[in-house]
Amino acid sequence: MSDLRTELKQSIIEQLNLEELEVNDIANDEPLFGNGLGLDSIDALELIVLLEKEYGIKLDDPQKGKEIFVSIDKMAEYIEAHRTT
Amino acid sequence: MKKGVAITGMGIISSIGNNVKENYRSLTNSSAGISFPQILKTHHANLPVGEIKITNKTLAEILELPLNHSYTRAALLGVLAATEAIKESGLKEEHLSNTGFISGTSVGGMDLTEKHFREFKDSDENRRFIRAQHPGFTTGKITEYLGVGGFTSTISTACSSSATAIMLGARMIKAGKLKRVIVGGTDCLTKFTLNGFNSLMILSPDNCKPFDNSRSGLNLGEGAAYLVLEAEDVLDGKKVLGRITGYGNANDAFHQTASSQEGVGAFLAIQKAMDIAGLFPGDIDHINAHGTATLNNDLSESRAILRVFGEKVPPLTSTKAFTGHTLAAAGAIEAVYSLLAIQNDEMFPTLNFQEAMEETGIIPVLQPEKKELRNVLSNSFGFGGNCTSLIFSKDE
Amino acid sequence: MNRRIYINGVAGISAQTEEDVFSNTPREYHRNIFPAVTRDYKEFIPAMALRRMSTAVKMGLTAALIALKDATVEMPEAIITGTGQGCKQDTEKFLNEMLDKEETLLAPTSFIQSTHNTIGGQIALNLNCNAYNVTYSQNSASLELALADALLLFNEQPAPANVLVGGVDEISENITSFMYLDGQLKKEQILNLDLLKAKGEGTMTSEGAHFFTISSTKNEQSYAELLDISVLNAEDPEKVLLGIVEFLEQNSLSPADIDLVLLGNNGDSRFDNFYHFLQKGIFREKAQVGYKHLVGDYDTVSGYAMWLGCKVLKRKEVPQILRLNEQPAQKLNKILLYNQYLGENHSLILLGST
Repeated sequence: MSDLRTELKQSIIEQLNLEELEVNDIANDEPLFGNGLGLDSIDALELIVLLEKEYGIKLDDPQKGKEIFVSIDKMAEYIEAHRTT
Repeated sequence: MKKGVAITGMGIISSIGNNVKENYRSLTNSSAGISFPQILKTHHANLPVGEIKITNKTLAEILELPLNHSYTRAALLGVLAATEAIKESGLKEEHLSNTGFISGTSVGGMDLTEKHFREFKDSDENRRFIRAQHPGFTTGKITEYLGVGGFTSTISTACSSSATAIMLGARMIKAGKLKRVIVGGTDCLTKFTLNGFNSLMILSPDNCKPFDNSRSGLNLGEGAAYLVLEAEDVLDGKKVLGRITGYGNANDAFHQTASSQEGVGAFLAIQKAMDIAGLFPGDIDHINAHGTATLNNDLSESRAILRVFGEKVPPLTSTKAFTGHTLAAAGAIEAVYSLLAIQNDEMFPTLNFQEAMEETGIIPVLQPEKKELRNVLSNSFGFGGNCTSLIFSKDE
Repeated sequence: MNRRIYINGVAGISAQTEEDVFSNTPREYHRNIFPAVTRDYKEFIPAMALRRMSTAVKMGLTAALIALKDATVEMPEAIITGTGQGCKQDTEKFLNEMLDKEETLLAPTSFIQSTHNTIGGQIALNLNCNAYNVTYSQNSASLELALADALLLFNEQPAPANVLVGGVDEISENITSFMYLDGQLKKEQILNLDLLKAKGEGTMTSEGAHFFTISSTKNEQSYAELLDISVLNAEDPEKVLLGIVEFLEQNSLSPADIDLVLLGNNGDSRFDNFYHFLQKGIFREKAQVGYKHLVGDYDTVSGYAMWLGCKVLKRKEVPQILRLNEQPAQKLNKILLYNQYLGENHSLILLGST
């Protein structure tokens, strides 16, 4: 279970070029957007690609991303519920 | 109102017509040019686009180019449109040698680059296209073909490029730096842009619906359009199609690809254009909006328009449901449509519209409609926050 | 009557630092494609923005900010950028991914960052600047056209107080290497410092960003007066000469009034004769300097030349390493820059001391 969260953090750091960060720097319940990690709408699109590429989950509506990408915990829950790979 | 810069010729090629007359006929018959990509060989064959159904081979034959030419698709389209404009203006060889040329393009020769990218290293067959990738090359090919020898410039500010090119031409004529200049732009469909916009999730799987509450994104298009601008003292009694009376450029400075909620850049560009023209909001009879049908643009542009015009928003339309979003060429294509509107006192419809946006309630022009048009505002907004607004006026 | 304008702030990022050049100890490069000197961009750009930026954007934004700081200007009234080849690193990143993955599952960031006006756009974002913002991309005349627009702005109403103008080009793994394939670069790897003595076709290339804060007000810190700019079409050196004479005449000058010529010789045997003609002819008695043996050739390298001209005027010294002839500069009042690439876009920039 915690492997998914670690895996997610590693993917996010790599995909979003967060070079200064390590897995331990991101708390599981920390807000990813706005205050917290400070990701933006371009990052949201990148995460949508990540979701499909790594977990086979296709999101057609970019607005849905707002609900899912709230935190690592929320992302992991969604992935566990919907993954096809 | 201040007298603007005279336009003595215009030319266009788009998915709704290969020249001005054909484009006008499509506009006035509400006949759109949106289809599925056939000439562009792409995996996304299900995405509607405004494709010009003429292959590069045929375009080259029309222009009588040799087989080993290095004209990008954008250059081929550009030559056709510019040739029509020059013909209408009556400019001859001796004029063209010191006529300026200012063109807008976003991806230049990318159509050839993406085709040959992986071959360049191992085969020398197509290496003449290596330099063709860059915007200045396409412009150079067009001027070479046309025999245009004056001041030459290429502007690359994404979707506002050709509008900004028109603005620069007008400014140079007003400053006395040029007597004549051909201004406009060209862009063609490429897998690069199709996939790029797709990755941003702003392409609609259906025919686009500008300003509609349930709009779901844009359709990409391709095309080219040019205007011939001439200074007062060289007009020699020739017919003036219309005048550029206002222009303004401002930066939204909000986000690389999205517009600010209130459309700050748009608002400032529109205001600047009206200041130059010496016009008040009440003087604008019609707006040819940028209206790409993305969730973001149509709302922020509407907000900017409401801020400028308050209760009295002039009838507005987006012609992108006809042609698709022709990227850098959009400003010039819509300049031609604005001039057609002025010449014919006719507004063209916003196709596919069903329901107004709940935030604004604005209903665009829905049918071709006759109206006396003295001043038309045309907006073009691009990535990088780049906003250009132009005002075209009747020659009086 | 054209308004007089001054260069009050400059910034340059290239394959040589200012010290490298003025101490006559330039950096050596042994490959025909070489990068700009690396630096820490974190000082100027927040990490969350920096992570997405290609070299062009990092160099461009940083140079822009330094040029503004140098002139103590917080907000320019216009931002005008020239780039010949745009953001190639992100262009080829997206293109390669698109070709590899056959158009599926593509991430957007590199597409977003690939448009030519990304640099100008990022400068506006960083400064929160809503002013006029345009990008020119006309091969080796890109920066010149940006400067021409600035000159136009200063003669319009209301005239700006300060305009930020710059030129940027970067190297990239694939697209820049294509220049070997169509003869733009020398096939054999040479030492940069030997460039101007090298025989044969082609040149060397590199990258750089050069920005200038241009103002209608002169002050004690002003580097130079920007007197005039022109881009000519010319098929042969004689036409170029005619163009130069006419250009100087329009500025009430003659070739005799020029103290120093900054020439764009780039070791390409096909086209260096444009420069040799002037070096052996009209500017024979003048101090002649070159710079492409230090920083290579690229579409906006005239930015480096202009930066160099400004530094020479301010420091009142002409480093030996730049000299193409033994003639010393008797005085440094008028400097003429002449550049062309592949026989096209013959550009002239005229600088005056302040």
